[in-house]
Amino acid sequence: MEYLLVFILIFMIMAAVIALWTDELLSAVIAVGAVGFGASTAFLLLGAPDLAITQIVVEVVTLVLLIKATIGVGVRTTSGSLSARRAAQAAAVVVLLLSYIIVSFRAMPPFGSSVMERIADAPSITYLEEGLDLAGSANHVMSVLLDFRAYDTLGEATIIFTAVLGALLLMRKKGGKSLDIEQKEEKE
Amino acid sequence: MVYLLCILLLMVGLFGLISQKNLIKIILSIVIIESAVNLFFVLAGYRDDGIAPIMTERTAQLPESVRFAGRAVDPLPQAMVLTSIVIGLAFTALMVTMALRIYDVYGTYDIREIWKKRDKKSK
Amino acid sequence: MKNRSLIVSKISRWVAPVIFVFGIYVIMYGHLSPGGGFPGGVILSSAFILVMLARGRDEALHTLPFGLAKELDAVGALLFLLLAWTGLVLSGVFFVNFLHRISPGEPMRLWSGGFILPGNMAIGLKVAASLFLVMFALSALRISNNEENEGEDNSTEG
Repeated sequence: MEYLLVFILIFMIMAAVIALWTDELLSAVIAVGAVGFGASTAFLLLGAPDLAITQIVVEVVTLVLLIKATIGVGVRTTSGSLSARRAAQAAAVVVLLLSYIIVSFRAMPPFGSSVMERIADAPSITYLEEGLDLAGSANHVMSVLLDFRAYDTLGEATIIFTAVLGALLLMRKKGGKSLDIEQKEEKE
Repeated sequence: MVYLLCILLLMVGLFGLISQKNLIKIILSIVIIESAVNLFFVLAGYRDDGIAPIMTERTAQLPESVRFAGRAVDPLPQAMVLTSIVIGLAFTALMVTMALRIYDVYGTYDIREIWKKRDKKSK
Repeated sequence: MKNRSLIVSKISRWVAPVIFVFGIYVIMYGHLSPGGGFPGGVILSSAFILVMLARGRDEALHTLPFGLAKELDAVGALLFLLLAWTGLVLSGVFFVNFLHRISPGEPMRLWSGGFILPGNMAIGLKVAASLFLVMFALSALRISNNEENEGEDNSTEG
């Protein structure tokens, strides 16, 4: 099981490196799609079918958005190579962070023993044992999202609302007050 | 080992975020970082030979010795990651909208040329 | 994207309703099988995105007008808030699962889990309308951009 996950992760890392290295934007977008699909397969193997469905569908919509931004406006390739100064700066940051993270990995429990086994009265154990009586739904992830932690879902709905509001505001015609489609509807 | 590979994926995304100069590639790096972080959360909540935290008719009637809570994977990180994935989508939509607007105004996606044009305009 | 082929146009007319029904199924059975409001909403919006990509913006406006999508977005968010407020009004605790206290229902059936089902539907409505709006706004800009920048082509083909 762990070997399968290692294989999928190596595939994702290779796809990510290809996405950043290639010059053609279409190949880069498709490689990022491969990273997302690898993540979805990993979610399925890790016992999270909700997340697998969500990740696949979200990845498809992300691909459509990104292709609209690149091929839809006519930009096909990106120019040029990495300058040495930028690469050195990025490498310095990465090495610093990586060393810090590897040192702090000693506190991490080994893979396969979940956090809820180590803490005495973890909330997850209550959710699993009494979830069917307290919330009534068989899907415990949904009952956590919409009953035990519904406030976080409200915050998330607010975030999506604000992000879409911002995107719609950015898309106005220059100097106009509404999108061109609203002006068309007003004229009719 | 899998934790290390997940952090390595995060580092690839971070490297791309700092060193790339095309706006679309910066957005792609942010998408890679999001996938890596979500995967890391779910990896932390996994239990050996765990089953998904969804009860069916069969698991609701298991004998006491093989309790469902003793075999299921942690549902709490999965709930958090579910909202995180959809927030990532909204965030990507906002970033792509901003990139398209920048392209509309400056005509290019290269951030060095955008800086040059901005300096020229302000002079 | 100007000349859409006949095959794409005809097949999308048959596939889009199937995707729509699948999205509604994922939303409604969210508390019994994997899925829920969020992936269901994204699947619902992808039915409309398919119509917009395969048949053009005007056809997509026929299926879901722009003003209606904006109102559905706000209605979905307000419905979710209304569920939370009703819990506060009825028993003094914000966001309590009041429907489960009133009529529990049997487990593993469609009517179990209290207000998880209306909550899923509100979230699904909101996410679907939001994503449709964003995709529509992006395609609106693209067309105006092509009209303004005629002759400027940034693609380099080797």
